[in-house]
Amino acid sequence: MKKVILISGILFFSTLLFAQSTFFWIEDVPWDDGKALNIKANVPADTVYLQKALEDGTWETIYTGKGRSLSFTQNELNPDIKYRYRLLVPRPAFNDTIFFMAEAQPKEQWFYLHKLSYLLILLAVSIAIIYYVQNARKGKDYYIRRISGLDCIEDSIGRATEKGKPILFVPGIMDLDDIQTISSLTILSHLAHKAAEYDTEIIVPCRFSMVLSAAREVVKEAYIKAEKPDAYNQDRIFYLTDDQFGYVAGIDGIMVREQPAANFFLGSFYAESLILAETGFSTGAIQTAGTAQASQLPFFVVSCDYTLIGEELFAASAYLSRDPQQLGSLKGHDFGKLLVILLIIAGVITEMSGWHWFKAFFEGAQ
Amino acid sequence: MKYKIPLVFAFVCGILVVISEFIPHRPFNMLITTLQDWFMIISGFAILLGQISLFQANIKKIKEKNKDWPFYLAGLISFTVMLIFGLLWGTQEYRGIFGQGEKIQATVGMKPFDYLFANAFMPLSSTMFSLLAFFIASAAYRAFIIRSFESNLLMITAVIVMLGRTSFGGMLTSWLPEGLKFLHLPNLSDFIMEFPNSAAQRAILISAALGIIGSSLRIILGIERSYLGGEK
Repeated sequence: MKKVILISGILFFSTLLFAQSTFFWIEDVPWDDGKALNIKANVPADTVYLQKALEDGTWETIYTGKGRSLSFTQNELNPDIKYRYRLLVPRPAFNDTIFFMAEAQPKEQWFYLHKLSYLLILLAVSIAIIYYVQNARKGKDYYIRRISGLDCIEDSIGRATEKGKPILFVPGIMDLDDIQTISSLTILSHLAHKAAEYDTEIIVPCRFSMVLSAAREVVKEAYIKAEKPDAYNQDRIFYLTDDQFGYVAGIDGIMVREQPAANFFLGSFYAESLILAETGFSTGAIQTAGTAQASQLPFFVVSCDYTLIGEELFAASAYLSRDPQQLGSLKGHDFGKLLVILLIIAGVITEMSGWHWFKAFFEGAQ
Repeated sequence: MKYKIPLVFAFVCGILVVISEFIPHRPFNMLITTLQDWFMIISGFAILLGQISLFQANIKKIKEKNKDWPFYLAGLISFTVMLIFGLLWGTQEYRGIFGQGEKIQATVGMKPFDYLFANAFMPLSSTMFSLLAFFIASAAYRAFIIRSFESNLLMITAVIVMLGRTSFGGMLTSWLPEGLKFLHLPNLSDFIMEFPNSAAQRAILISAALGIIGSSLRIILGIERSYLGGEK
């Protein structure tokens, strides 16, 4: 028995000296936010127990399994704390257990390397947009294809004016932290300006209070710009409810009761898209919808007269403003599309040629 | 000044958020969470604004005896009742001013707020959602009317996908020999969903992502200002 204890003791102290390079060691996960450690071991044992030291001095087993080529990643760690781990290796032949110990502190890095491809694409597209905007500032004219969904806005307002009925504008069902809602509000600005010029009433029911206050400000400024501040009616831009289907019920009620001549559904939509669009269709209103939610687009295409598909929603403000700088930025989008097409072609060719590094490089951004 | 301060804020916050997406080191990795927390705090205050707007709009309509004014009254009464019940006896998770309302719970089985939520609000909400089934039918009918070559294609594709997703579709083509198994309706349906459908959806998503980059850049650089209510 004394021999066993002696051998175990010698093994323990020798492993303390050499553990890092031979049997049990810890590596910091590279290029991360300092919340993970890679715990590695290589001991010829079928069953090992990996334990982590807790604050109260006890040990928590976090892995049980084979000890050969063991690699265990522990996440959700704190970069300010040094963590201690031990690897228990039972030796049934000797009726004892030896253990190895190691400690490490996760480190925060200054760059997510797996997002490099993402950064490069972002930089390329951003530089292209800034380049085209600068060119536009210098007076270069760019051709922008016609977007019928946006060209129809004036016709829709004209129709509402002729019929003496209001326009309904729904800025989506998401809050102001969604870029689609912001894009929707930029379109609302143009729409409200036109509505003010035509003396047509505009109704804007909102799902969130933040959207409500932004929409009110946008419409108010549009009426001031159209030199008709007295025509601005704050009561027509109102909060309905935070509840998704309650909001839909409220808008459906408005459509049925007030029979708007033109409906605009622009922003982020989910399951309610078809309920809104079909109710609007049944009232005979001219309907324009726009969203970047690919799954909701078919519903809008079927039920609305015009649909802004994905990118068109974000291009709408630039298109409507006819501001050369903003139109220049749309050319930057086109450069981005060209870049994506080239990358897809390059990806197909490299994959077919067996060079998988290209795909792996871009997959890293996910 | 009215526009300059928000534009400076938009620029600084926009740049910081973009940078923090690529830097895992503190304080950058905490920025997005912090800004989201700030947004939640501002939203919390803004809720009051929404409730005031709701009350003002409805009371005005009731006072003026607008058409269908009883509906607005019903809306206000519902709002007030839920608010009072929530304040007095709380909800399932939180206690109210009068505590947990044990006596009421013994009578109706749950707190008054939760009772109304489960027995009035949820059925109404489900009713709205269930309308979707009927609207899908009417929209599909219009979409599948054969008017052109494209609508013809759409209808054929839709029929294949719908049949392929049912056991009846599988049964219809189960007799096909092994060499023609790719024509088996569930296989055809899977092929349509996996390749042409995914390709089209990804094209839309990629263009939308580019649009988001462009739109964000316009806002960060102050080229796009109409969301502030004013343009250049």
